[in-house]
Amino acid sequence: NGSKSVVRTLRPEAFKSMIPTIPVTNMVCFFAVSHSQITRLYSRFTSLDKGENGTLSREDFQRIPELAINPLGDRIINAFFPEGEDQVNFRGFMRTLAHFRPIEDNEKNKDPTASEPLNSRTNKLLFAFQLYDLDRDDKISRDELLQVLRMMVGVNISDEQLGSIADRTIQEADQNGDNSISFNEFIKVGNLQHINVWAGDHYLILSYILLSVLQD
Amino acid sequence: LLLLLDFNPFDNLLCILLGISFTVWFTLLLVFIIVPAIFGVSFGIRRLYMKTLLKIFEWATHRIERGAKDNNHLLYKPYSNAIIAKEPTSLEEEINEIRRRGSNRDLDSASEFEMSDIFYFCRRGVESIMDDEVTKRFSAEELESWNLLTRSNYNFQHISLRLTVLWGLGVVIRYGFLLPLRVTLAFTGVGLLVVLTSIIGFLPNGRMKNFLSEQVHLMCYRICVRALTAIITYHDSENKPKNGGICVANHTSPIDVIILASDGCYAMVGQIHGGLMGVIQKSMVKACPHIWFERSEVKDRHLVAKRLSDHVEDTTKLPILIFPEGTCINNTSVMMFKKGSFEIGSTVYPVAIKYDPRFGDAFWNSSQFGMVNYLLRMMSSWAIVCSVWYLPPMTREEGEDAVKFASRVKAAIARQGGLVDLLWDGGLKRGKVKDTFKEEQQKLYSKMLVGTQEDRSRS
Repeated sequence: NGSKSVVRTLRPEAFKSMIPTIPVTNMVCFFAVSHSQITRLYSRFTSLDKGENGTLSREDFQRIPELAINPLGDRIINAFFPEGEDQVNFRGFMRTLAHFRPIEDNEKNKDPTASEPLNSRTNKLLFAFQLYDLDRDDKISRDELLQVLRMMVGVNISDEQLGSIADRTIQEADQNGDNSISFNEFIKVGNLQHINVWAGDHYLILSYILLSVLQD
Repeated sequence: LLLLLDFNPFDNLLCILLGISFTVWFTLLLVFIIVPAIFGVSFGIRRLYMKTLLKIFEWATHRIERGAKDNNHLLYKPYSNAIIAKEPTSLEEEINEIRRRGSNRDLDSASEFEMSDIFYFCRRGVESIMDDEVTKRFSAEELESWNLLTRSNYNFQHISLRLTVLWGLGVVIRYGFLLPLRVTLAFTGVGLLVVLTSIIGFLPNGRMKNFLSEQVHLMCYRICVRALTAIITYHDSENKPKNGGICVANHTSPIDVIILASDGCYAMVGQIHGGLMGVIQKSMVKACPHIWFERSEVKDRHLVAKRLSDHVEDTTKLPILIFPEGTCINNTSVMMFKKGSFEIGSTVYPVAIKYDPRFGDAFWNSSQFGMVNYLLRMMSSWAIVCSVWYLPPMTREEGEDAVKFASRVKAAIARQGGLVDLLWDGGLKRGKVKDTFKEEQQKLYSKMLVGTQEDRSRS
């Protein structure tokens, strides 16, 4: 019921012609900081939405030149679209972006035996895992790894070399001998479970959205 | 009979009144606007107007903010907080940094591929989704303060009676008084240009013709400047372009031409259009040589280059005015300069034009508005305020190719105008980005993987 009232206020149709002033009271329970950042992201959403129908398609993302030249651009765009769908609305847009909320210091000091908050390191790693896992079967097979590697290197490395890189990677990561990498094996690769790629990053300053609110 | 008698005197009175007001109107116009335009002097009326407007805008913005705070509402502010501040690092540096953080191995025995490498591309991709440098250049700049035009205000709601009255007054003034005045001036300016240049075309070629042609052009452009209520500040006029040179400037709107041509004489370059534009072009070329291309000739780069170089070699002809970006950008950045004009080998005179967006947004978003719609919007804004800097002339150095020269000029213009210097092509407004950029990224990353393998096989 809380999330419903948020959705009512953030109705994309209402924002179409003018971004209205947003009553603070509805937002205060659900968003930690900077409501203006949410409106800014909404403004970004609408500027990408050339068709002006409240949703983004894959072409709308492809229009961003910096994303179009990213070797993994298509995989990242795919992450915004749920299985089998071609349009993403503002809620879905925010839900995906919410993965990139930096981890705050007070979370680091939390009781390590308590379960980690959903929008945490684990979820970030899950996001990266899903970039590799093309068919969404919770396993990275050799084929999938090869395909993603091919996207990253283009035509500059031969099939044999790429194959041996993939084999070596799977060998190092695979623990249960099924010749593919599951999520649990993925996070144990190297020091990934302690990786702080985004958290230590002062590069990204984003709205601090509690993921639980946006999850259905 | 009685009825007829009744109407006549009333009609007469009306006619007399109309006649008088027209005469007064025209005299005022003539004295305060057209005559100064002819002689290039200014009474300072426009600057006074500008100062008054600024004070009103500040009050209006302040009032909106206060109103929003009182009602406990939030305001949409374009530049607050959400910035992505990146330091310029290379692909290699960043991936190595990620590997260092994500690996407990000693990096001297660096492995070729790490699964964590994906984070680099992932982060770059998401950053560009949240904010990128290119797409925002093709739409109007967002403003912090409100300039009493609803078209530029996202927060417009009834906040106070005084504000709404002020806004209403603004509408009346702009559409009821300023717009008709400006349209009259515009027609006068364009009409005079066409008529006078055609007349001058009958004169024999020589110094007299050139002199008259320059004066006529300047006068008509000055009238057009007043038709837009453009308040222009020219800096460093000692660097003004000279004959035999090429003047390049950043492009924001068709008004750029009027702004530059009212301060100096240039030979224009462009495609011949039909309609009114075509009429103006044909009559202009009678008085002095401009370079107009047929639509079919535009594609032929050699022909274009030949005509341009022929023109600059003749030092009796005026400097050429070119906008190398090839399309209108929203005046927050300068995009890639096309190298064609830099291959010709003459002196380049860079000019930076920066508009002040507080008074009216001059950017022409050609996918949103047509030309007529755009001009109407311009003429119903408060004013067009801009600064023009004439930069010192530049020439191509030994061993410098046209592309490098173009970037050097672009960097100078961006620096002077306070604009962001971008490598991206303005053509991205309509077209897709070339695949070569993606291939470059892939090549860089491959070098990281394979390079390590080569080292390993050596040791």
